[in-house]
Amino acid sequence: MSALLEIEDLHVAYGRVEALRGVSLSLRAGQIVSVIGANGAGKTTLLAAAMGLLPARGTLRYAGADLRKLDTEARVERGMCLVPETRELFGELTVADNLLLGAYTAHLGRNALARRLRSVFERFPALAERSRQRAATLSGGERQMLALGRALMSAPRLLLLDEPSLGLAPLIVRDILTIVRGLRDEGVSILLIEQNARAALQCSDHGYVLETGEMVLSGESAALACDPRVQATYLGGAADE
Amino acid sequence: MSWDLVFILLVDGLANGAVYLLAGIGLVLIFSVTRVVFVPFGDVVAFAALTLAAFEAGRLPPTIGLVALLAVLATGAEAWRLWRAGQPEGILRAILGWGLLPLTPCALAYLAAGSDRPAAVQIAAAILLVLPITPLIARLTLQPIADASVLVLLMVSLVLHFLLSGLGLLFFGAEGTRTRPLTGLAWNIAEGYSVSGQIIMMVVAALLLSLLFYLAFEYTLTGKALRATAVNRRGARLVGIRPAHTALLVYSCASLLAGMIGVLVAPVTTMYYDSGFVIGLKSFIAAIIGAMVSYPLTAAGALVVGVSESFASYWSGALKDAIVFGLLIPVLMLRSAMAQQVEEEVDEIDP
Repeated sequence: MSALLEIEDLHVAYGRVEALRGVSLSLRAGQIVSVIGANGAGKTTLLAAAMGLLPARGTLRYAGADLRKLDTEARVERGMCLVPETRELFGELTVADNLLLGAYTAHLGRNALARRLRSVFERFPALAERSRQRAATLSGGERQMLALGRALMSAPRLLLLDEPSLGLAPLIVRDILTIVRGLRDEGVSILLIEQNARAALQCSDHGYVLETGEMVLSGESAALACDPRVQATYLGGAADE
Repeated sequence: MSWDLVFILLVDGLANGAVYLLAGIGLVLIFSVTRVVFVPFGDVVAFAALTLAAFEAGRLPPTIGLVALLAVLATGAEAWRLWRAGQPEGILRAILGWGLLPLTPCALAYLAAGSDRPAAVQIAAAILLVLPITPLIARLTLQPIADASVLVLLMVSLVLHFLLSGLGLLFFGAEGTRTRPLTGLAWNIAEGYSVSGQIIMMVVAALLLSLLFYLAFEYTLTGKALRATAVNRRGARLVGIRPAHTALLVYSCASLLAGMIGVLVAPVTTMYYDSGFVIGLKSFIAAIIGAMVSYPLTAAGALVVGVSESFASYWSGALKDAIVFGLLIPVLMLRSAMAQQVEEEVDEIDP
């Protein structure tokens, strides 16, 4: 099967400081691919470059199209959707409005929009209860659900998730990752960036390890979880659970 | 001061407030989405009033030349950008959108020129003719530096005001002019005092347009997209909302508001090439009362400014403007105190 997202020899720099050096990555349709790495390894930069939020050098292809010719908004129109670490919600708007705006590029009719909204509310019942509440008043877990729900409103082909577990209680992290796996089963491809390496590798099909701007390891997630270097550095030296 | 006098001053204040309300909405609309304090807003108001005056005098308004020149420059700039971005296929669309579309009101204005045309046609032509000015100017000067700091944007905005003001003097001369009243109706509401239909029209227009904007923001996806861009520009891009498109939309809406204000005030105020600046400045006070983001507070601010101006004119014509602009001091002090409180609360919630 051909790759849905292909990144080859990607270089991203902040001024003179190169944050990513020759990074390559491939993601097939229907896969969850995780990228693990320490703080400052360049994981968030990788997603920002993939979404066109940062200027980058190298090859970026999505569904066969050259991404360098498309700006961020055009990438969203083609089915890529980033859920950033900072969530980037519209705090002054209600939960329902945030969700509706997720479908901005879908150009749906009133009924189709209502159906999609209902399906997101079914997936995240907590959001339905707070649909008229301002997004800024939600808890951390609810904000993450809203960010995910807003992304799902666009019916994405490729979801780019940046640290979905960041700052959340373990139970909520478990729920979020269950939803992520459920999305994969429904055909959504996912590029998952996580500091929580154990959770990321358990959840994904394929994994990459990013260290100081370079990909140092890659492989099937199960195999990667057994790799002694990964265990020592990211899994606290413990064997795969 | 008798109650009759209070009533008369209140009605005048309400009419002033209606104008500042419309202009305040325009300023807040632009600032909240683009971070630009659009100083030339008042100049567009003056252009609309003087364009209508030119129509009424049977002359071809020089505004046509300005819009045509801006359309040519904007088309060239957009075509150059597309060419450099390796998207030559978009050039035809740019010619249609940035060239032919703004030139259409020029053609309509050309046809509407002549003193024998009905007043409604001349009014519509004047409003339509100034409509493309703001988006075209913004495309040429503000869009290329959209990510610059608020201060840089403000400086460019100030330069644009001086440029438009100078062009206004060149086009329309230094003489002031009034246009014909939109209606000759008047209602006797107290002994010896009547309210003109013109004033009622101004208040009704302000209320209707405010309601229209409220409904658009609350109940349409495009309105929500504008609010979303104002709240979180990066978040808006991540759901596919193009800031350049929303900016174009708000500049067009603001231009439409400026055109309507020009047509509404020209029959009751003698308009000069630079009269719009003072209207813009007083609306700016209303917008500051609304913290440049809140429409209801801006509406309240517009009323406060309008009524204060009316009473200040009665007490001291010479100090009228000083009193109105003096309102800024307590407002800014209050805003500053409130901002400190909010910062402390945010620190507690999101450390």
